[in-house]
Amino acid sequence: MTAALGSTRRDKIDELAARAGQVPAGGGGVSLARSAFRRLRRDPVAIIGAVIVVAFLLVAALAPWLAPRDPLEQALLSEVRQGSIPGSREGFPLGVDQLGRDVLSRLIYGSRQSLLIGVVSTVLGAVAGMALGVLAGAFGGWVDTVVMRFVDILLSIPGLLMAISISVLLGQNQYALMIAIAVTQVPVFARLLRGSMLSQRDSDYALAAKALGVKRSRIVLGHVLPNSLSPVIVQATLSLATAIIEAAALSFLGLGDPDISRPEWGAMLSSAQAVLSFAPMLAVYPALCIIVVALGFTLLGESLREALDPKFRR
Amino acid sequence: MLRFIVRRLLQLIPILLGLSVLLFAWLRALPGGPAQAALGERATPEDIARYNETFGLDQPVLVQYGKFLGRALQLDFGTSSRTGQAVTTEFLERFPGTLELTIFAMVFAIGIGIPLGYLAARRHGSWIDSSSVIGSLLGVAIPVFFLAYLLRLLFAVQLGWLPGSGRQDVRIDATHITNFFVLDGLMTREFDAAWDAVLHLVLPGIALGTIPLAIIVRITRASVLDVVNEDYVRTANAKGLATATVRRRHIIRNALLPVSTTIGLQTGLLLSGAVLTETVFAFGGVGSALRDAIANRDYALLQGFILILAVVYVLVNLLVDISYGLLDPRVRVR
Repeated sequence: MTAALGSTRRDKIDELAARAGQVPAGGGGVSLARSAFRRLRRDPVAIIGAVIVVAFLLVAALAPWLAPRDPLEQALLSEVRQGSIPGSREGFPLGVDQLGRDVLSRLIYGSRQSLLIGVVSTVLGAVAGMALGVLAGAFGGWVDTVVMRFVDILLSIPGLLMAISISVLLGQNQYALMIAIAVTQVPVFARLLRGSMLSQRDSDYALAAKALGVKRSRIVLGHVLPNSLSPVIVQATLSLATAIIEAAALSFLGLGDPDISRPEWGAMLSSAQAVLSFAPMLAVYPALCIIVVALGFTLLGESLREALDPKFRR
Repeated sequence: MLRFIVRRLLQLIPILLGLSVLLFAWLRALPGGPAQAALGERATPEDIARYNETFGLDQPVLVQYGKFLGRALQLDFGTSSRTGQAVTTEFLERFPGTLELTIFAMVFAIGIGIPLGYLAARRHGSWIDSSSVIGSLLGVAIPVFFLAYLLRLLFAVQLGWLPGSGRQDVRIDATHITNFFVLDGLMTREFDAAWDAVLHLVLPGIALGTIPLAIIVRITRASVLDVVNEDYVRTANAKGLATATVRRRHIIRNALLPVSTTIGLQTGLLLSGAVLTETVFAFGGVGSALRDAIANRDYALLQGFILILAVVYVLVNLLVDISYGLLDPRVRVR
């Protein structure tokens, strides 16, 4: 029951951090990473998640070889009429969009931009959040208070509203989009890492290192930090899913990347809304891609959480 | 308990101040600065100079912030450049709609989520369990606006069962007192108007309620699974209490604690995050206004709405905190 205690979003993050913080540094001679990996390999959920993620990463990497056509070529523009868009046919397995471009090729190329936005914004958010978290967790005292107050203020703005304000501020381009999403991720990572580090700071090995006269920076960076990372890794995997969905939402609100030379699922989905009544599949395909990728990251993240959680460790 | 509440209230002050600083900085950092933001894109340089003088924008930043804070405390956020109305008036007109929608969405999410989550946990490993787990994963992975479009296309456009846009049929000549359309209909005894307003809530409510539903199912399931393995449940069973009593008094009551938190948090998020759903259904609440403000670069409205919504979110979280303290005495001592 104690695991369920804690009420605000803030407390929830702290509690996740504390629980993961209980992970012993190396139980029974097997490193945490190795034992987690061993359990992941046996977990069908993890395998499904990993297969999805790897498959999409491969598609993104191999896009120029996989895509049957140029995603920008308006091959069938002459056949697009108001109220009717050519469907599946020879050479265009998923049909074309309202500008006569091959949907399959756009989906394949779109995976690049969508995954890139997801990964870059998550990495940015995680790095910035972790920097704040390390600062607070390593120094404690007034540094901790100041940093965490700031993080609390960020947490008090609902994510989508924050992303909207930042997008409006930075203008419409792909970097603005990534930064906007990244900022919404910062407070979670900061609190998570801080909480996790606090629970590690008083552990026996940290005390032992201190007693041996190891410098504080070494204890923090060499011992406490690496052992505090597991909740952050889990959160990063889950955040990849949210980031991709959020990018689609911002696109839908007209705050996406306006550069049409880079097909992207969120933008495809939003532009398909205009023709939804007679060509619903144009929205369904990119939506499916977003859902499947988000699901893949979520499954992977959840099974990582279980694999790294001492409660499930045997 | 009183001390707990007072402490929580005091903790709000730095957060609210920080919020105001952030939004003040936001408006100043915008391309064109606050004058352009308030007057809109068509403002001439003379207009801007006059505005800067009137609102003291030629004064030091700290003085300006003080004035901004003073006006914000009087709920004065300027006028919307799109409608020319005071931002606060605009908000008060639109918030009831969003509140109605949120209530509908949460009733939907709780009404299905808790029973489903409970059932999934009690039949751990059954098909109900696995399908609810898969369903709740899917519910979080679907972009909300896509789901909203699908629902609208299917039930409003194709089948015509339910209205797919607005808050009330324009042909109904309803009297509006509070701007809560359902409540208005009941108060004025225009029951057909009230019913029509309810029907307008169904599709957006379901779309909006999907994420909370998915999360509530998950949390309920996990928390019931936690509780049924507790010692006190085994003890209660061992001393021969009727299954129904154990279920009601020991399992459900304890398992619902974390669920209640989730419900509160989600309610706060919905109140502020209905932008996507409201846009799809042209609902006319706070979310649609935000969407219009983005499209029209109506910065005054954006700033005011975001600040008010963040405060609402913080206050809802505070209520959640306090109610949690009431429900679970252990929280108070921390």
